[in-house]
Amino acid sequence: MRLFQLFSVYFRLGLQNELQYRANFFVQSFTSVLELGAGLAELHVVFSQTETLGGWRSAELRVLLGVFFIVGGCINMLIAPSMRRLMEDVRQGTLDFALTKPEDAQALVSLRQFEIWKLADILLGLIVLGQALYSLGTVVSPERAILFAGTLLAGMTVVYCFWLMLATCTFWFVRMDNILFIFQSMYDAGRWPLSIYPGWLRLLLTFLVPVAFAVTVPAEALVGRLNPTMLYASFGLAAFMLLISRWFWKIGIRHYSGASA
Amino acid sequence: MVAIYRTLFKTALAQHLQYRAALLIWLLGFILEPTVYMVVWMSIAKSHGGTVGTFSTSDLALYYLAAMLINHLTFDWHFFEMEPRVRSGSFSPMLLRPLHPIHNDLAENITYKMLTFPFMFAAAAGLFLFFGPVLKTPAWSAVLFVPALAMGFAMRFLLEWTLALSAFWTTRTQAVNTTYIVFAIFLSGRFTPLELLPGRIQSVARVLPFRLWISFPVELLLGRMTPEEATRNFAQQIVWIAVFFALLQCVWHQGIKRYSAVGA
Repeated sequence: MRLFQLFSVYFRLGLQNELQYRANFFVQSFTSVLELGAGLAELHVVFSQTETLGGWRSAELRVLLGVFFIVGGCINMLIAPSMRRLMEDVRQGTLDFALTKPEDAQALVSLRQFEIWKLADILLGLIVLGQALYSLGTVVSPERAILFAGTLLAGMTVVYCFWLMLATCTFWFVRMDNILFIFQSMYDAGRWPLSIYPGWLRLLLTFLVPVAFAVTVPAEALVGRLNPTMLYASFGLAAFMLLISRWFWKIGIRHYSGASA
Repeated sequence: MVAIYRTLFKTALAQHLQYRAALLIWLLGFILEPTVYMVVWMSIAKSHGGTVGTFSTSDLALYYLAAMLINHLTFDWHFFEMEPRVRSGSFSPMLLRPLHPIHNDLAENITYKMLTFPFMFAAAAGLFLFFGPVLKTPAWSAVLFVPALAMGFAMRFLLEWTLALSAFWTTRTQAVNTTYIVFAIFLSGRFTPLELLPGRIQSVARVLPFRLWISFPVELLLGRMTPEEATRNFAQQIVWIAVFFALLQCVWHQGIKRYSAVGA
Protein backbone atom coordinates (compact mmCIF):
# COMPACT_ATOMS: atom_id res chain seq x y z
CA MET A 1 0.00 0.00 0.00
CA ARG A 2 2.78 2.40 0.95
CA LEU A 3 4.56 1.37 -2.24
CA PHE A 4 1.51 2.28 -4.24
CA GLN A 5 1.26 5.69 -2.57
CA LEU A 6 4.91 6.32 -3.27
CA PHE A 7 4.40 5.26 -6.86
CA SER A 8 1.45 7.57 -7.38
CA VAL A 9 3.23 10.56 -5.84
CA TYR A 10 6.26 10.15 -8.08
CA PHE A 11 4.06 9.39 -11.07
CA ARG A 12 2.14 12.66 -10.55
CA LEU A 13 5.43 14.52 -10.19
CA GLY A 14 6.75 12.96 -13.37
CA LEU A 15 3.56 13.79 -15.21
CA GLN A 16 3.64 17.43 -14.14
CA ASN A 17 7.28 17.63 -15.09
CA GLU A 18 6.73 16.28 -18.59
CA LEU A 19 3.55 18.24 -19.24
CA GLN A 20 5.80 21.26 -19.45
CA TYR A 21 7.20 19.87 -22.68
CA ARG A 22 4.09 18.87 -24.54
CA ALA A 23 5.67 19.05 -27.99
CA ASN A 24 7.84 16.11 -26.95
CA PHE A 25 4.72 13.99 -27.05
CA PHE A 26 4.39 14.58 -30.78
CA VAL A 27 8.06 13.95 -31.45
CA GLN A 28 7.87 10.75 -29.43
CA SER A 29 4.67 9.64 -31.18
CA PHE A 30 6.22 10.39 -34.55
CA THR A 31 9.31 8.27 -33.86
CA SER A 32 7.17 5.50 -32.35
CA VAL A 33 4.93 5.39 -35.42
CA LEU A 34 8.00 5.26 -37.65
CA GLU A 35 9.61 2.46 -35.70
CA LEU A 36 6.42 0.46 -35.57
CA GLY A 37 5.89 1.10 -39.28
CA ALA A 38 9.39 -0.22 -39.95
CA GLY A 39 8.62 -3.34 -37.89
CA LEU A 40 5.40 -3.96 -39.82
CA ALA A 41 7.16 -3.29 -43.12
CA GLU A 42 9.82 -5.87 -42.24
CA LEU A 43 7.10 -8.42 -41.55
CA HIS A 44 5.41 -7.48 -44.84
CA VAL A 45 8.63 -8.08 -46.77
CA VAL A 46 9.30 -11.35 -44.96
CA PHE A 47 5.81 -12.68 -45.60
CA SER A 48 5.95 -11.67 -49.25
CA GLN A 49 8.52 -14.50 -49.52
CA THR A 50 7.10 -17.11 -47.17
CA GLU A 51 3.97 -18.34 -45.41
CA THR A 52 5.49 -19.02 -42.01
CA LEU A 53 8.65 -18.03 -40.15
CA GLY A 54 9.88 -20.55 -37.63
CA GLY A 55 6.32 -21.94 -37.57
CA TRP A 56 4.72 -18.53 -36.88
CA ARG A 57 2.15 -17.10 -39.27
CA SER A 58 2.06 -13.44 -40.24
CA ALA A 59 -0.65 -12.41 -37.78
CA GLU A 60 1.05 -14.32 -34.96
CA LEU A 61 4.26 -12.40 -35.58
CA ARG A 62 2.28 -9.18 -35.48
CA VAL A 63 1.08 -10.28 -32.03
CA LEU A 64 4.74 -10.72 -31.11
CA LEU A 65 5.56 -7.27 -32.51
CA GLY A 66 2.70 -5.74 -30.53
CA VAL A 67 3.94 -7.36 -27.31
CA PHE A 68 7.49 -6.25 -28.16
CA PHE A 69 6.32 -2.63 -28.34
CA ILE A 70 4.18 -2.82 -25.21
CA VAL A 71 6.99 -4.35 -23.15
CA GLY A 72 9.58 -1.98 -24.63
CA GLY A 73 7.31 0.95 -23.84
CA CYS A 74 6.84 -0.23 -20.25
CA ILE A 75 10.57 -0.69 -19.76
CA ASN A 76 11.36 2.74 -21.18
CA MET A 77 8.57 4.43 -19.27
CA LEU A 78 8.77 2.77 -15.86
CA ILE A 79 12.07 0.95 -15.38
CA ALA A 80 14.84 2.50 -17.46
CA PRO A 81 14.49 6.17 -16.36
CA SER A 82 14.81 5.36 -12.65
CA MET A 83 17.73 3.04 -13.24
CA ARG A 84 19.52 5.60 -15.40
CA ARG A 85 19.04 8.18 -12.66
CA LEU A 86 20.36 5.74 -10.08
CA MET A 87 23.55 5.28 -12.08
CA GLU A 88 23.91 9.02 -12.49
CA ASP A 89 23.30 9.60 -8.77
CA VAL A 90 25.94 7.10 -7.72
CA ARG A 91 28.45 8.75 -10.05
CA GLN A 92 27.68 12.23 -8.76
CA GLY A 93 27.19 11.32 -5.12
CA THR A 94 23.62 12.64 -5.06
CA LEU A 95 22.29 9.22 -4.10
CA ASP A 96 22.76 10.39 -0.49
CA PHE A 97 19.52 12.35 -0.79
CA ALA A 98 17.57 9.19 -1.60
CA LEU A 99 19.26 7.07 1.04
CA THR A 100 18.57 9.47 3.88
CA LYS A 101 14.81 9.42 3.23
CA PRO A 102 12.84 7.30 5.73
CA GLU A 103 11.72 4.76 3.15
CA ASP A 104 13.10 1.54 1.74
CA ALA A 105 15.92 2.71 -0.52
CA GLN A 106 15.35 0.08 -3.21
CA ALA A 107 11.70 1.04 -3.55
CA LEU A 108 12.60 4.69 -3.66
CA VAL A 109 15.27 4.49 -6.35
CA SER A 110 13.08 2.21 -8.45
CA LEU A 111 10.08 4.52 -8.52
CA ARG A 112 11.60 7.95 -8.78
CA GLN A 113 11.54 8.71 -12.47
CA PHE A 114 9.09 8.23 -15.34
CA GLU A 115 9.05 9.06 -19.01
CA ILE A 116 5.36 9.47 -19.61
CA TRP A 117 5.60 10.00 -23.36
CA LYS A 118 6.79 6.43 -23.89
CA LEU A 119 3.12 5.69 -23.42
CA ALA A 120 2.95 6.20 -27.20
CA ASP A 121 4.80 2.90 -27.70
CA ILE A 122 2.41 1.08 -25.39
CA LEU A 123 -0.69 2.47 -27.10
CA LEU A 124 0.61 1.70 -30.58
CA GLY A 125 1.61 -1.78 -29.44
CA LEU A 126 -1.90 -2.36 -28.13
CA ILE A 127 -3.42 -1.29 -31.45
CA VAL A 128 -1.20 -3.68 -33.43
CA LEU A 129 -1.87 -6.42 -30.91
CA GLY A 130 -5.64 -5.94 -31.13
CA GLN A 131 -5.63 -5.84 -34.91
CA ALA A 132 -3.44 -8.96 -35.13
CA LEU A 133 -5.61 -10.91 -32.69
CA TYR A 134 -8.68 -9.86 -34.66
CA SER A 135 -7.23 -11.06 -37.95
CA LEU A 136 -6.13 -14.32 -36.33
CA GLY A 137 -9.82 -14.86 -35.70
CA THR A 138 -9.24 -16.73 -32.45
CA VAL A 139 -11.14 -15.62 -29.41
CA VAL A 140 -8.76 -15.04 -26.54
CA SER A 141 -10.12 -17.22 -23.77
CA PRO A 142 -10.05 -15.85 -20.22
CA GLU A 143 -7.51 -18.54 -19.40
CA ARG A 144 -5.13 -17.30 -22.10
CA ALA A 145 -5.67 -13.69 -21.08
CA ILE A 146 -4.72 -14.54 -17.49
CA LEU A 147 -1.66 -16.47 -18.65
CA PHE A 148 -0.69 -13.50 -20.80
CA ALA A 149 -1.06 -11.02 -17.95
CA GLY A 150 0.80 -13.35 -15.57
CA THR A 151 3.74 -14.05 -17.87
CA LEU A 152 3.91 -10.37 -18.83
CA LEU A 153 4.16 -9.40 -15.18
CA ALA A 154 6.76 -12.11 -14.53
CA GLY A 155 8.73 -10.99 -17.57
CA MET A 156 8.69 -7.35 -16.50
CA THR A 157 9.83 -8.42 -13.03
CA VAL A 158 12.76 -10.29 -14.51
CA VAL A 159 13.71 -7.26 -16.61
CA TYR A 160 13.41 -4.96 -13.60
CA CYS A 161 15.66 -7.18 -11.47
CA PHE A 162 18.12 -7.48 -14.33
CA TRP A 163 18.33 -3.68 -14.66
CA LEU A 164 18.56 -3.21 -10.92
CA MET A 165 21.49 -5.62 -10.74
CA LEU A 166 23.23 -3.83 -13.60
CA ALA A 167 22.60 -0.48 -11.94
CA THR A 168 23.87 -1.87 -8.63
CA CYS A 169 27.16 -2.64 -10.35
CA THR A 170 27.75 1.15 -10.52
CA PHE A 171 28.62 0.99 -6.82
CA TRP A 172 31.84 -0.66 -7.91
CA PHE A 173 32.38 0.31 -11.55
CA VAL A 174 30.95 3.86 -11.65
CA ARG A 175 30.50 4.02 -15.43
CA MET A 176 27.89 1.48 -16.46
CA ASP A 177 25.73 3.51 -18.83
CA ASN A 178 27.24 1.79 -21.84
CA ILE A 179 25.99 -1.54 -20.59
CA LEU A 180 22.47 -0.25 -21.20
CA PHE A 181 23.34 -0.03 -24.86
CA ILE A 182 23.99 -3.78 -24.81
CA PHE A 183 20.51 -4.37 -23.48
CA GLN A 184 18.99 -2.15 -26.17
CA SER A 185 20.75 -3.93 -29.03
CA MET A 186 19.90 -7.36 -27.71
CA TYR A 187 16.30 -6.41 -26.98
CA ASP A 188 15.78 -5.71 -30.69
CA ALA A 189 16.27 -9.41 -31.39
CA GLY A 190 12.99 -10.05 -29.50
CA ARG A 191 10.89 -8.99 -32.49
CA TRP A 192 11.50 -12.39 -34.08
CA PRO A 193 10.59 -15.84 -32.75
CA LEU A 194 13.39 -17.17 -30.60
CA SER A 195 13.12 -20.59 -32.23
CA ILE A 196 14.86 -19.33 -35.40
CA TYR A 197 18.06 -18.35 -33.59
CA PRO A 198 21.02 -20.69 -33.28
CA GLY A 199 21.37 -22.28 -29.83
CA TRP A 200 24.08 -19.99 -28.42
CA LEU A 201 22.16 -16.86 -29.35
CA ARG A 202 18.94 -18.27 -27.90
CA LEU A 203 20.75 -18.96 -24.62
CA LEU A 204 22.10 -15.40 -24.56
CA LEU A 205 18.63 -14.00 -25.20
CA THR A 206 17.09 -16.17 -22.51
CA PHE A 207 19.53 -15.92 -19.66
CA LEU A 208 22.06 -13.16 -20.29
CA VAL A 209 19.48 -10.62 -21.46
CA PRO A 210 16.01 -11.90 -20.53
CA VAL A 211 14.28 -10.97 -23.81
CA ALA A 212 12.72 -14.42 -24.02
CA PHE A 213 10.81 -14.05 -20.77
CA ALA A 214 9.90 -10.41 -21.36
CA VAL A 215 8.56 -10.67 -24.91
CA THR A 216 8.45 -14.15 -26.40
CA VAL A 217 6.81 -16.01 -23.52
CA PRO A 218 3.87 -13.57 -23.06
CA ALA A 219 3.29 -13.51 -26.83
CA GLU A 220 3.34 -17.30 -26.89
CA ALA A 221 0.83 -17.37 -24.07
CA LEU A 222 -1.48 -15.15 -26.07
CA VAL A 223 -1.43 -17.19 -29.27
CA GLY A 224 -1.50 -20.51 -27.40
CA ARG A 225 2.02 -21.69 -28.22
CA LEU A 226 3.34 -21.66 -24.68
CA ASN A 227 4.77 -24.88 -23.32
CA PRO A 228 4.34 -25.42 -19.59
CA THR A 229 8.09 -25.62 -18.91
CA MET A 230 8.58 -22.04 -20.06
CA LEU A 231 5.59 -20.94 -18.00
CA TYR A 232 7.02 -22.38 -14.78
CA ALA A 233 10.51 -21.20 -15.71
CA SER A 234 9.18 -17.67 -16.16
CA PHE A 235 7.55 -17.52 -12.73
CA GLY A 236 10.43 -19.38 -11.08
CA LEU A 237 13.00 -17.04 -12.57
CA ALA A 238 10.98 -13.97 -11.57
CA ALA A 239 10.87 -15.09 -7.94
CA PHE A 240 14.54 -16.06 -7.95
CA MET A 241 15.60 -12.77 -9.55
CA LEU A 242 13.58 -10.76 -7.03
CA LEU A 243 15.44 -12.40 -4.17
CA ILE A 244 18.88 -12.33 -5.71
CA SER A 245 18.64 -8.71 -6.92
CA ARG A 246 17.44 -7.64 -3.47
CA TRP A 247 20.40 -9.42 -1.90
CA PHE A 248 22.82 -7.91 -4.42
CA TRP A 249 21.35 -4.43 -3.85
CA LYS A 250 21.90 -4.78 -0.10
CA ILE A 251 25.57 -5.65 -0.65
CA GLY A 252 25.96 -2.78 -3.09
CA ILE A 253 24.39 -0.24 -0.80
CA ARG A 254 26.66 -1.32 2.01
CA HIS A 255 29.57 -0.71 -0.32
CA TYR A 256 28.41 2.82 -1.21
CA SER A 257 30.33 5.54 0.52
CA GLY A 258 29.17 8.70 -1.26
CA ALA A 259 31.20 10.46 -3.92
CA SER A 260 33.48 12.51 -1.71
CA ALA A 261 33.74 10.32 1.36
CA MET B 1 46.58 19.43 -45.41
CA VAL B 2 48.61 16.30 -44.64
CA ALA B 3 50.07 17.92 -41.55
CA ILE B 4 46.62 19.08 -40.45
CA TYR B 5 45.18 15.60 -40.83
CA ARG B 6 48.11 14.06 -38.97
CA THR B 7 47.32 16.27 -35.98
CA LEU B 8 43.59 15.62 -36.30
CA PHE B 9 44.19 11.85 -36.31
CA LYS B 10 46.38 12.12 -33.22
CA THR B 11 43.77 14.09 -31.28
CA ALA B 12 40.97 11.81 -32.41
CA LEU B 13 42.95 8.76 -31.37
CA ALA B 14 43.56 10.18 -27.90
CA GLN B 15 39.87 11.05 -27.57
CA HIS B 16 38.66 7.62 -28.63
CA LEU B 17 41.10 5.83 -26.33
CA GLN B 18 39.63 7.56 -23.28
CA TYR B 19 36.55 5.37 -23.53
CA ARG B 20 37.84 2.02 -24.66
CA ALA B 21 34.96 -0.03 -23.32
CA ALA B 22 32.38 2.22 -24.97
CA LEU B 23 34.24 1.83 -28.23
CA LEU B 24 33.73 -1.93 -28.17
CA ILE B 25 30.21 -1.92 -26.78
CA TRP B 26 29.06 0.18 -29.73
CA LEU B 27 30.15 -2.62 -32.02
CA LEU B 28 27.59 -4.99 -30.58
CA GLY B 29 24.73 -3.28 -32.40
CA PHE B 30 26.67 -3.47 -35.67
CA ILE B 31 27.16 -7.20 -35.16
CA LEU B 32 23.73 -8.12 -33.87
CA GLU B 33 21.51 -6.31 -36.37
CA PRO B 34 22.81 -8.10 -39.49
CA THR B 35 23.08 -11.37 -37.56
CA VAL B 36 19.39 -11.21 -36.66
CA TYR B 37 18.37 -10.42 -40.25
CA MET B 38 20.65 -13.16 -41.51
CA VAL B 39 19.06 -15.70 -39.20
CA VAL B 40 15.56 -14.60 -40.26
CA TRP B 41 16.27 -15.02 -43.98
CA MET B 42 18.26 -18.22 -43.54
CA SER B 43 15.35 -19.67 -41.65
CA ILE B 44 13.01 -18.74 -44.53
CA ALA B 45 15.41 -20.23 -47.07
CA LYS B 46 15.66 -23.45 -45.08
CA SER B 47 11.88 -23.87 -45.03
CA HIS B 48 11.82 -23.42 -48.84
CA GLY B 49 14.32 -26.09 -49.81
CA GLY B 50 17.44 -24.02 -49.12
CA THR B 51 16.91 -20.94 -51.28
CA VAL B 52 14.97 -17.71 -51.23
CA GLY B 53 15.00 -15.79 -54.52
CA THR B 54 18.43 -16.50 -56.01
CA PHE B 55 20.05 -16.70 -52.56
CA SER B 56 21.08 -20.00 -50.98
CA THR B 57 21.62 -20.13 -47.22
CA SER B 58 25.36 -19.88 -47.89
CA ASP B 59 24.84 -16.76 -50.07
CA LEU B 60 22.68 -15.21 -47.36
CA ALA B 61 25.35 -15.76 -44.72
CA LEU B 62 27.94 -14.14 -46.98
CA TYR B 63 25.60 -11.28 -47.86
CA TYR B 64 24.97 -10.31 -44.26
CA LEU B 65 28.55 -10.81 -43.10
CA ALA B 66 29.77 -8.56 -45.92
CA ALA B 67 26.99 -6.06 -45.18
CA MET B 68 28.01 -6.12 -41.50
CA LEU B 69 31.58 -5.09 -42.28
CA ILE B 70 30.62 -2.60 -44.98
CA ASN B 71 27.97 -0.95 -42.85
CA HIS B 72 30.51 -0.53 -40.06
CA LEU B 73 33.11 0.91 -42.42
CA THR B 74 30.75 3.40 -44.09
CA PHE B 75 28.63 4.63 -41.17
CA ASP B 76 28.93 8.00 -39.47
CA TRP B 77 27.47 9.08 -36.15
CA HIS B 78 27.87 12.85 -36.26
CA PHE B 79 24.24 13.47 -37.12
CA PHE B 80 23.48 12.45 -33.55
CA GLU B 81 26.05 14.88 -32.19
CA MET B 82 25.34 17.98 -34.18
CA GLU B 83 22.17 18.95 -32.31
CA PRO B 84 23.83 18.96 -28.84
CA ARG B 85 26.77 20.84 -30.37
CA VAL B 86 24.54 23.56 -31.76
CA ARG B 87 22.30 23.70 -28.72
CA SER B 88 25.10 23.91 -26.16
CA GLY B 89 27.12 26.34 -28.25
CA SER B 90 30.17 24.09 -28.40
CA PHE B 91 29.95 24.38 -32.17
CA SER B 92 31.08 28.02 -32.03
CA PRO B 93 34.77 27.32 -31.24
CA MET B 94 34.80 24.75 -34.05
CA LEU B 95 33.62 27.47 -36.41
CA LEU B 96 36.33 29.87 -35.27
CA ARG B 97 39.09 27.57 -36.44
CA PRO B 98 40.45 28.30 -39.90
CA LEU B 99 39.39 24.79 -40.94
CA HIS B 100 36.03 23.44 -42.00
CA PRO B 101 34.59 21.34 -39.11
CA ILE B 102 33.91 18.44 -41.47
CA HIS B 103 37.64 17.61 -41.45
CA ASN B 104 37.62 17.09 -37.71
CA ASP B 105 34.63 14.75 -37.98
CA LEU B 106 36.11 12.87 -40.91
CA ALA B 107 39.34 12.30 -38.96
CA GLU B 108 37.36 11.09 -35.93
CA ASN B 109 35.40 8.73 -38.15
CA ILE B 110 38.44 7.22 -39.86
CA THR B 111 40.30 6.81 -36.56
CA TYR B 112 37.31 5.05 -35.03
CA LYS B 113 37.15 2.65 -37.97
CA MET B 114 40.85 1.86 -37.78
CA LEU B 115 40.64 1.19 -34.06
CA THR B 116 37.55 -1.00 -34.19
CA PHE B 117 37.72 -2.75 -37.55
CA PRO B 118 39.95 -5.58 -36.26
CA PHE B 119 37.25 -6.45 -33.71
CA MET B 120 34.48 -6.31 -36.32
CA PHE B 121 36.56 -8.48 -38.59
CA ALA B 122 37.14 -11.00 -35.81
CA ALA B 123 33.39 -11.13 -35.09
CA ALA B 124 32.58 -11.60 -38.77
CA ALA B 125 35.27 -14.26 -39.07
CA GLY B 126 33.82 -16.11 -36.08
CA LEU B 127 30.35 -16.05 -37.60
CA PHE B 128 31.84 -17.08 -40.95
CA LEU B 129 33.33 -20.17 -39.36
CA PHE B 130 30.06 -20.89 -37.53
CA PHE B 131 27.85 -20.70 -40.63
CA GLY B 132 30.54 -22.01 -43.00
CA PRO B 133 29.49 -20.36 -46.29
CA VAL B 134 31.43 -20.76 -49.54
CA LEU B 135 33.06 -17.61 -50.91
CA LYS B 136 33.68 -17.53 -54.66
CA THR B 137 34.55 -13.98 -55.65
CA PRO B 138 36.05 -13.44 -59.10
CA ALA B 139 39.40 -11.62 -58.89
CA TRP B 140 38.24 -8.58 -60.88
CA SER B 141 35.34 -7.84 -58.54
CA ALA B 142 37.51 -8.31 -55.44
CA VAL B 143 39.84 -5.65 -56.84
CA LEU B 144 36.99 -3.29 -57.76
CA PHE B 145 35.42 -3.78 -54.34
CA VAL B 146 37.96 -1.43 -52.75
CA PRO B 147 37.05 1.68 -54.79
CA ALA B 148 33.35 0.76 -54.54
CA LEU B 149 33.64 0.73 -50.77
CA ALA B 150 35.66 3.95 -50.67
CA MET B 151 33.18 5.81 -52.86
CA GLY B 152 30.29 4.35 -50.91
CA PHE B 153 31.85 5.76 -47.75
CA ALA B 154 32.38 9.15 -49.40
CA MET B 155 28.72 9.29 -50.50
CA ARG B 156 27.36 8.24 -47.18
CA PHE B 157 29.59 10.56 -45.19
CA LEU B 158 28.68 13.57 -47.33
CA LEU B 159 24.95 12.85 -47.14
CA GLU B 160 24.88 12.09 -43.42
CA TRP B 161 26.97 15.11 -42.58
CA THR B 162 24.53 17.24 -44.59
CA LEU B 163 21.72 15.61 -42.65
CA ALA B 164 23.46 16.58 -39.42
CA LEU B 165 23.23 20.21 -40.50
CA SER B 166 19.46 20.05 -40.01
CA ALA B 167 20.42 20.99 -36.43
CA PHE B 168 20.81 24.58 -37.70
CA TRP B 169 17.08 24.71 -38.37
CA THR B 170 15.50 22.51 -35.71
CA THR B 171 16.27 21.11 -32.28
CA ARG B 172 14.10 18.06 -33.05
CA THR B 173 16.79 16.33 -35.05
CA GLN B 174 15.86 13.04 -33.41
CA ALA B 175 12.75 12.87 -35.59
CA VAL B 176 14.76 13.72 -38.72
CA ASN B 177 17.41 11.11 -37.91
CA THR B 178 14.96 8.33 -37.14
CA THR B 179 13.13 8.97 -40.41
CA TYR B 180 16.37 8.75 -42.33
CA ILE B 181 17.56 5.62 -40.53
CA VAL B 182 14.28 3.74 -40.93
CA PHE B 183 14.10 4.36 -44.67
CA ALA B 184 17.80 3.76 -45.25
CA ILE B 185 17.65 0.31 -43.61
CA PHE B 186 15.24 -0.89 -46.29
CA LEU B 187 16.56 1.05 -49.26
CA SER B 188 20.27 0.36 -48.75
CA GLY B 189 19.96 -3.41 -48.55
CA ARG B 190 20.67 -3.77 -44.85
CA PHE B 191 17.40 -5.52 -44.06
CA THR B 192 17.37 -7.74 -47.11
CA PRO B 193 19.08 -8.12 -50.49
CA LEU B 194 17.24 -5.73 -52.82
CA GLU B 195 15.89 -8.52 -55.02
CA LEU B 196 13.85 -9.86 -52.10
CA LEU B 197 11.99 -6.56 -51.60
CA PRO B 198 8.45 -6.47 -53.00
CA GLY B 199 8.22 -5.03 -56.53
CA ARG B 200 7.34 -1.43 -55.86
CA ILE B 201 9.73 -0.82 -52.94
CA GLN B 202 12.42 -2.55 -54.96
CA SER B 203 12.07 -0.24 -57.95
CA VAL B 204 12.20 2.76 -55.60
CA ALA B 205 15.33 1.35 -53.96
CA ARG B 206 17.02 0.81 -57.33
CA VAL B 207 16.59 4.48 -58.27
CA LEU B 208 17.66 6.01 -54.96
CA PRO B 209 21.33 6.35 -53.95
CA PHE B 210 21.19 4.45 -50.61
CA ARG B 211 21.87 1.04 -52.18
CA LEU B 212 25.19 2.30 -53.56
CA TRP B 213 26.92 2.08 -50.18
CA ILE B 214 25.70 -1.31 -48.92
CA SER B 215 23.99 -3.34 -51.60
CA PHE B 216 26.39 -2.49 -54.43
CA PRO B 217 29.71 -3.23 -52.66
CA VAL B 218 28.23 -6.37 -51.07
CA GLU B 219 26.93 -7.80 -54.33
CA LEU B 220 30.19 -6.90 -56.04
CA LEU B 221 32.14 -8.75 -53.38
CA LEU B 222 29.83 -11.75 -53.66
CA GLY B 223 30.46 -11.93 -57.41
CA ARG B 224 26.82 -11.21 -58.26
CA MET B 225 27.57 -8.38 -60.68
CA THR B 226 28.42 -8.43 -64.36
CA PRO B 227 31.21 -6.02 -65.39
CA GLU B 228 28.57 -3.87 -67.18
CA GLU B 229 26.43 -3.57 -64.04
CA ALA B 230 29.48 -2.73 -61.96
CA THR B 231 30.50 0.01 -64.41
CA ARG B 232 27.02 1.50 -64.31
CA ASN B 233 27.05 1.52 -60.50
CA PHE B 234 30.46 3.17 -60.38
CA ALA B 235 29.20 5.89 -62.69
CA GLN B 236 26.18 6.41 -60.45
CA GLN B 237 28.42 6.64 -57.39
CA ILE B 238 30.49 9.37 -59.05
CA VAL B 239 27.39 11.34 -60.03
CA TRP B 240 25.90 11.07 -56.54
CA ILE B 241 29.15 12.11 -54.86
CA ALA B 242 29.09 15.27 -56.98
CA VAL B 243 25.41 15.86 -56.14
CA PHE B 244 25.92 15.36 -52.40
CA PHE B 245 29.01 17.56 -52.41
CA ALA B 246 27.06 20.38 -54.05
CA LEU B 247 24.16 19.82 -51.66
CA LEU B 248 26.48 19.99 -48.66
CA GLN B 249 28.00 23.27 -49.89
CA CYS B 250 24.57 24.76 -50.43
CA VAL B 251 23.09 23.63 -47.08
CA TRP B 252 26.25 24.64 -45.24
CA HIS B 253 26.14 28.20 -46.59
CA GLN B 254 22.45 28.59 -45.81
CA GLY B 255 22.84 27.03 -42.37
CA ILE B 256 25.86 29.02 -41.30
CA LYS B 257 23.94 32.21 -42.01
CA ARG B 258 21.17 31.07 -39.69
CA TYR B 259 23.48 29.94 -36.92
CA SER B 260 23.57 32.28 -33.97
CA ALA B 261 25.46 30.83 -31.06
CA VAL B 262 23.60 30.18 -27.83
CA GLY B 263 23.45 33.32 -25.74
CA ALA B 264 24.01 35.64 -28.69
